[in-house]
Amino acid sequence: MLGLAGKSPALVWVVNLSALLLVVLWTIPTFGIFVSSLRDRDAISTSGWWTALSASEQSLVARAGAPDDAQQVGGAWVVAGSVFEDGTTGDVTAFGSRAQDPTSNEPGEPLVLRDDGVLEIAVNGDYTITYADQPEGRRGARIFYTTEVPPTVTTENYEAVLSSEGVAQSFLNSLTVSIPATIIPILIAAFAAYALAWMQFPGRIMLVAIIVGLLVVPLQLSLIPLLKFYGVVGEAFGVSAKGYVGIWLAHTGFGLPLAVYLLRNYMAGLPREVIESARVDGATDFGIFMRIVLPLSFPALASFAIFQFLWTWNDLLIAKVFLGQSDNQMVLTGRLVELLGSRGGDWEILTTSAFITIIVPLVVFFSMQRYLVRGLLAGSVKGG
Amino acid sequence: MNPIILALVTVVLGVIACVTYFFGSNWVLDRIYPDTGPNAGRNINRANAVRPWLFMLPAIAILGLYLVYPVFNSIWLSMMDRSRENFVGLENYRWMIADDKFQESLFNNAMWLIIVPAMSTLFGLIAAGLTDRIWWGNIAKSLIFMPMAISFVGASVIWKFIYDYRGEDQTQIGLLNSIVTSLGGDPQAWITIPFWNDIFLMVILIWIQTGFAMVILSAALRGIPEETIEAAVLDGAGPLTVFFKIKIPQIAGTIAVVWTTITILVLKVFDIVFAMTNGEWGTQVLANYMYRMTFIDGHAGRGSAIALTIMVLVIPIMIWNIRNALKENA
Repeated sequence: MLGLAGKSPALVWVVNLSALLLVVLWTIPTFGIFVSSLRDRDAISTSGWWTALSASEQSLVARAGAPDDAQQVGGAWVVAGSVFEDGTTGDVTAFGSRAQDPTSNEPGEPLVLRDDGVLEIAVNGDYTITYADQPEGRRGARIFYTTEVPPTVTTENYEAVLSSEGVAQSFLNSLTVSIPATIIPILIAAFAAYALAWMQFPGRIMLVAIIVGLLVVPLQLSLIPLLKFYGVVGEAFGVSAKGYVGIWLAHTGFGLPLAVYLLRNYMAGLPREVIESARVDGATDFGIFMRIVLPLSFPALASFAIFQFLWTWNDLLIAKVFLGQSDNQMVLTGRLVELLGSRGGDWEILTTSAFITIIVPLVVFFSMQRYLVRGLLAGSVKGG
Repeated sequence: MNPIILALVTVVLGVIACVTYFFGSNWVLDRIYPDTGPNAGRNINRANAVRPWLFMLPAIAILGLYLVYPVFNSIWLSMMDRSRENFVGLENYRWMIADDKFQESLFNNAMWLIIVPAMSTLFGLIAAGLTDRIWWGNIAKSLIFMPMAISFVGASVIWKFIYDYRGEDQTQIGLLNSIVTSLGGDPQAWITIPFWNDIFLMVILIWIQTGFAMVILSAALRGIPEETIEAAVLDGAGPLTVFFKIKIPQIAGTIAVVWTTITILVLKVFDIVFAMTNGEWGTQVLANYMYRMTFIDGHAGRGSAIALTIMVLVIPIMIWNIRNALKENA
């Protein structure tokens, strides 16, 4: 296969460039919010994130010192100072004295003002206005200038979002949902998968078929009946219908078909001799499962764990239905949707929050991609 | 108690409870039917008949409660009125068929169904074909696959930033509008333009699903026997002919699996529409309309009827999957 492409250098170039284009197209969106989350609010709203590495230009106005305060230096009267006295920084690239033409002169190029003073500005912002005679007037001249501000990286968005927007609490809530919702179904599914793979009983194939059928049942169908059921149970025990136990079990229920399906397929592929010989040696099914099948099934368990973790962490619908909207129950995805509504144009908040919500799945993804791919290949009839 | 500690305690308790159940029930079974004594043979047979069901009981109970019971309960609920107390027969279905928003959702879902699986599979195929031929293919695969890990909500924020619109006299900070204006066009509020906004939402799902299609199809492409390709090359076939005439037919089954998997996902698409437009500007889809009807308008009967519509659309794929599974296990 590789040999075919290798024969023609032109084709190699086309293939490489096309692949590069595809990769760039697929990564740029995520890269954009990452870069934006590190820029400050003003920079985000005045320029595109792709300009983040080039210096940004700003047009500003400063007022020079009053002519009355001019000092006599040699034979002339001079007003001196810096346009950056108000705390801004950067390099002056152009200046002017009239609002209509704010970039008429470059640094070092003298400009004659209306009151015959001669204005000179250096790149570093220092200016002098030189008068031949002693000037009068309480108001200084206005200086229009353009600066180039070097690109800056800031973590203040992260500090702001984590401390004030409730994102930190939601992060913990998401973990609270995801960890048990990943582990509980594995336990339950592993036993069922073993029975379906290695135990003989009537109706086994039928059950496998039912599991495959349940893989694609839309969970929208389950929302109302389960919420009703939770209401009844909650009332009986005097607790709220919306809580963590409810969502853990809901995620368990919705994740079980895939878990049983993946694990059964994997376990059924284990070598028959190993299990048969253990049986001959007198091992019980329980013993075989615990000591032989479970350890050998680690790759499949890991695959499912990654799926289920990503799925529960990224879920919005189930969390919206089975958890409350209070601070100690709102998960990251729910928080992000809420911010999208309430802070619609504040991209420094949105990009930062979005990046916080996707960082955990991305770490999981890149560190365990091998298992994820293996699981996908084994279970690609699952509907998501 | 801090929820995260609660979660960890639950995990530990859950593990202990599961192990206790499985171990305990086995122990009890062995006491009831001891494999020694006069009836040893009969007892072993009986214990072996019961044991599988002990292993499967928790799974069957949960699947029954969370997936099977709701299907039947939803059918019942879909024939109830807003108060969930009075039986109204097929009234909700009659309302649904006549409802403009439902028709819009059905139409939009149909568009999603045609475009998203087709484009994801196509891009996945292209990506698989390209990345299998280059030395940095694994890195490229990783990066194209990455959006798969991102939540639909996160992806919505990412793309809303790309579609961002500002007035004509302002600097465009959205990538798309920036490109359009630099080419001399006028900036547009993309997600409010009827019809085309649907496409812009679909792009998000295609972006996410292409990686999935690529991974599966790439594995299938590598599984093609070399001899068939070599034979074609000896007969003078060029790379494109080999790809379309030799490789594609051999992975047709896998393409079908990828296609149906994405189809099911598309039928249930909710988060993207909810986060981007909430069904405004003509972008409503079934799953979001079901959510809106049930939890915003508070009419569970109509909500159930819409949910059952999704179920009915899924059934053909379900039957196809079951038949394949039965064939494999026969």
